[in-house]
Amino acid sequence: MSSGIQLSRRRLLRVAAAGTGMSLLAGCDALSGKQGFMDVLASTEPLNRRVQRFLTGDRLAEEFAPSMISPVFRPNGSIDPQTPEYLALKANGFGDYRLRVRGLVERPLEFSLEALRSLPTRTQITRHDCVEGWSVIGSWSGVPLATLLDAARVRPGARYVVFHCFDDLAGDGSRYYESIDLVDAYHPQTIAAHTMNGAPVPVSNGAPLRMRIERKLGYKQPKYVHTIELVDGYARLAGGKGGYWEDAGYDWYGGI
Amino acid sequence: MSSIVAPDITPTRKYEWRTILRHRWPLRLMHWINLLCMLAMVGSGLQILNAHPALYWGEASHFDTPLLATRTVVRGDELRGETRIGSARFDTTGVLGVSADANGKPTSAVVPGWAMIPGWRDLATGRRWHFFFAWAWVINGLCYLAWSLASRHLKRDLAMRRVDWRSIPRSILDHLRFHHPVGDEAARYNPLQKLAYLAVIFVLTPLIVVTGLSMSPQMDTGMGWFLALIGGRQSARTLHFLAMASFVLFAVVHVVMVVYAGPINEMRSMITGRFRVHYPRVGASVSEPAPPLPAEGVPERENPHE
Repeated sequence: MSSGIQLSRRRLLRVAAAGTGMSLLAGCDALSGKQGFMDVLASTEPLNRRVQRFLTGDRLAEEFAPSMISPVFRPNGSIDPQTPEYLALKANGFGDYRLRVRGLVERPLEFSLEALRSLPTRTQITRHDCVEGWSVIGSWSGVPLATLLDAARVRPGARYVVFHCFDDLAGDGSRYYESIDLVDAYHPQTIAAHTMNGAPVPVSNGAPLRMRIERKLGYKQPKYVHTIELVDGYARLAGGKGGYWEDAGYDWYGGI
Repeated sequence: MSSIVAPDITPTRKYEWRTILRHRWPLRLMHWINLLCMLAMVGSGLQILNAHPALYWGEASHFDTPLLATRTVVRGDELRGETRIGSARFDTTGVLGVSADANGKPTSAVVPGWAMIPGWRDLATGRRWHFFFAWAWVINGLCYLAWSLASRHLKRDLAMRRVDWRSIPRSILDHLRFHHPVGDEAARYNPLQKLAYLAVIFVLTPLIVVTGLSMSPQMDTGMGWFLALIGGRQSARTLHFLAMASFVLFAVVHVVMVVYAGPINEMRSMITGRFRVHYPRVGASVSEPAPPLPAEGVPERENPHE
């Protein structure tokens, strides 16, 4: 085999490899724009949910020692909501704030911050994992969501809990929202938190009340919550995917 | 394949080409599925990294002291890419931190768009690619493991024997001298090759799967033992990245070795299964002792040395 043939073969191979590489990537980009293909890719989302829940059951997220608490609990998404209803509440220190529990419940309820603080409290030092990849550790105190749901008596048809929020992250007049199913709603570490690191939750981290849903990524743990609504489905809400980021293409499961 | 020619003999008289079946079809199919999945995983993984291009050690992120990070620095009206390893900083404009987008415009990105899936900043889409192909890759890997056990591929072709351990120094020399094996030896995996494959299958693969899963807050409710072992979730993320880099390094060396060993022959052996091997002729006087011939020297037979 002469070196000339070797060389030209090699060059041919290189051109072929480069060509394949380019078309592969162009192909990936084209496929990423096709709804049908993206739906196929998204088909593993329920698989992730089922398999991960099967493997881990009702176990609790790890809780850490106070010494592990991050110096700054990095905020993300909305950090200073400017919607009029929020600004009005913030102006008098959230004294007029009311958390509403409504929807498919026997007894719709309203709680002031005062009332929430007088309910049984759970405190947990947990790790917060952002979908972007970073983690911070913080201490949270609040009312277990199960307590609120039991007080309002969830009706049989309810399947999801929707959280309605004050912030307009999109800046288009819409409001942030999120949803979880009853499995996560009744998890002992799912709490409506009014206290972070021993002080009232700061505005950047969701004042006056945010959800801690410890087996989920950050975007599934809404801040600035004003209403907890029990529903049988979330398809009629906003973009229909069950949450602000879900409507933008993120997975509803949000556990990985 | 000119380097095997001994100076005192004519290859056409002392050697003959034989075509053997080197890789059976399930292996060939799984090999290419594996490649497809890995390309999708690396590309979408870099897209995910791009959302926060910094790696840490421990449970939480210490934002001021990443192990490795890229960022975009504005200098005058120019965008520069800066990569930080520990406390050392490097200008990596064009590759890491800042690179040209599809229109040639400098853009802030951990790696150039051509290395990401999709090519533009889109974490949600990258995650979908990543988790879909993670399943495909794991299922393919389990099929490979089952097939390798059932067909004895693992035991017969990959397991290190005593002779393999002993011949490691010679294999290193052979590689350094560009000495290509002939005969049965050419149809087998050499000890360095075996070690590389075994390390990928039994070290890198479990490592990348477990570190990937342990980034899930849901999985972590049952994986505290693993995070305790490695120092935490951010350590898992860093190890996941390093395992990916090792896979890429393996793939680069793998392709270099394919080119070195004869790209056409090697590619054919992974597409059609057929592989041409240079065998010494029976009775030919070769300066070195001729490797033993297989019992049935029939071309295209099912070769045990896959």
